[in-house]
Amino acid sequence: MNHWLTAPVLIPLLGGILQAFMGYAPISLRRTLALATTFLMLVSAIVLLIMANDGSYRIYAFGNWQPPFGIVLVLDRLAALMLVMTAVLALFCHVFSIGGADEGNRQFHGLFLFQLMGLNIAFLTGDLFNLFVAFEVLLIASYGLLMHGGGTVRTVPGLHYVVLNLIGSAVFLISVGMIYSVTGTLNMADLAVKVPQISGEGLSIVKAGGMMLLVVFGLKAAILPLCFWLPRAYSKATAPVAALFAVMTKVGIYAILRVYLLIFGDDAGKLANLGMDWLFPIALATLAMGVIGALGSGTLKTLVAWQVIISVGTLLAPIALGSEAGLSAALFYLLSTTWTVGGLFLVSELVANQRGSAKDRIITAPKMQSRTFLSVLFLVGAVAAAGLPPLSGFFGKVLILQSAEAGTEMAWLWSVLLTGSFLTVIAYSRAGSIVFWRTVDGHLNKPDPLNGRVSVAAGALTALAIAMVVLAGPIMAYTDATAAQLHNADAYIEILQTPMVGEDS
Amino acid sequence: MELVFALVIGALTSSGVYLILRARTFPVVVGLTLLSYGVNLFLFSSGRLATGQQPIIGTAASYADPLPQALVLTAIVIGFAMTAFVVVLSLRNLADNEDDHVDGKQPYKSPAPEEEEEVTGK
Repeated sequence: MNHWLTAPVLIPLLGGILQAFMGYAPISLRRTLALATTFLMLVSAIVLLIMANDGSYRIYAFGNWQPPFGIVLVLDRLAALMLVMTAVLALFCHVFSIGGADEGNRQFHGLFLFQLMGLNIAFLTGDLFNLFVAFEVLLIASYGLLMHGGGTVRTVPGLHYVVLNLIGSAVFLISVGMIYSVTGTLNMADLAVKVPQISGEGLSIVKAGGMMLLVVFGLKAAILPLCFWLPRAYSKATAPVAALFAVMTKVGIYAILRVYLLIFGDDAGKLANLGMDWLFPIALATLAMGVIGALGSGTLKTLVAWQVIISVGTLLAPIALGSEAGLSAALFYLLSTTWTVGGLFLVSELVANQRGSAKDRIITAPKMQSRTFLSVLFLVGAVAAAGLPPLSGFFGKVLILQSAEAGTEMAWLWSVLLTGSFLTVIAYSRAGSIVFWRTVDGHLNKPDPLNGRVSVAAGALTALAIAMVVLAGPIMAYTDATAAQLHNADAYIEILQTPMVGEDS
Repeated sequence: MELVFALVIGALTSSGVYLILRARTFPVVVGLTLLSYGVNLFLFSSGRLATGQQPIIGTAASYADPLPQALVLTAIVIGFAMTAFVVVLSLRNLADNEDDHVDGKQPYKSPAPEEEEEVTGK
């Protein structure tokens, strides 16, 4: 039992409840408290990362109920990595939002914190049904956040997003029911024990349940046939919300990693590596679709939204191949792409604010204010996203390419990833040169100058691409260890043996 | 009992899916509700159907599994909240676009793309 594990859940919960009651308090007080909550959450995530780095599993059993009978939170290297990634992204998005985007809705900070709470539960939980609950918590907050901001442009994408996710939740429940009806448990460690023992007619039920689960996680992660809701929803969302949503697709990827490596991993008997042969071609098709969308996008935010889909495809391809090196490479790229995409959303918003009625559309417009600063940020973000040296996206992609073993799969991965990266470079250079270089004479209403908060937030989030290169050694060591830990499912199963009563360590 | 139960779940789910595929928001909302009813019943049956059994292992030869009931309860609460939200969102869609089509407008009435005015957070 380790009570620290509840901190990333409790901190945003308490902060969010406080915000819910403070809707009419002065905005400076609400902002200070909300930002302090996010900062505390980042501190707790870093503490958990340091704890998890010794390679052991820590659990927190609610009500001291022995797993698999009670609900447990489980901390391992992967969960800690996701927590820190989310907390860092959230802090910068939050700083950006207090630059003005949080006005107009008294509950913005509350929703923001509840969203973080849902994400943190999803990363920490060791129970399939609790994962469903976490998804619902983060989704209902995200519905509110997606609709944040004035105007009517978000209604239709928001409606599509909500309806799709409600259907996804229904499918999730059906698959959970199918798995429970055969195994009689929903604890992930216990499932990893029970699934290899299934035989007879139960096998096809669990198989169907597992594949339906992949559909649900695929919807969250936005893989190919289920990705068309994403560009409209993300490009219409307020900038800090869109940037925070960069992590939402990664929740789907996290769930795929957790469930399919642990429950349907190499040791799962007849169900070993369920669905992974489907995932590889789908991942490459998702990558190709994202590149086509990026080439055809008419605004900067749509371009960045398609970049989210590109990164999902790039991440899932090595995961589906299942090698340890590929997993480590994917985790490195996961960090890089999440922060970069978040930074690009923030930069696009700043650009849109400086260009009058041209907004972030990729068209020529009169010369904008602060062009040098914004164009440098966009350049850094685009280079990192497209995977050009010397920034972090390049290293992520090189590691992914290196991890593929020789064969047809390597040929497919190399050709699709390299062609995709090349076309992404074209998409970014087209957008950047039109928006920043080609200017026409004309009158532009003098926009508000950039304030310190938004510049710092956008700049810092983008600069993480450089920081990741400097710290590439330690990060790689950590992701290597994470991949090794994920491939050793036996150690996870041992949490079932944790003694409960009277223990306090 | 199993046959009736399965038929009810099937009827609810298929009508739900049919209604979700409609083009107006009201049938979609009703379809989502029906789908969630079907899912809840399905989840309930995952502990096997039994009448007059105790929910405790070991005191009798067979038992009624209490866990799916807890799961269903959670799912009902969440589904209720989500339905309330999607109803409000549909009304907002109707008010914003003066049309209850799920895309905000009829497909055949879409002339040149109009400029979308956006006022962020002010």
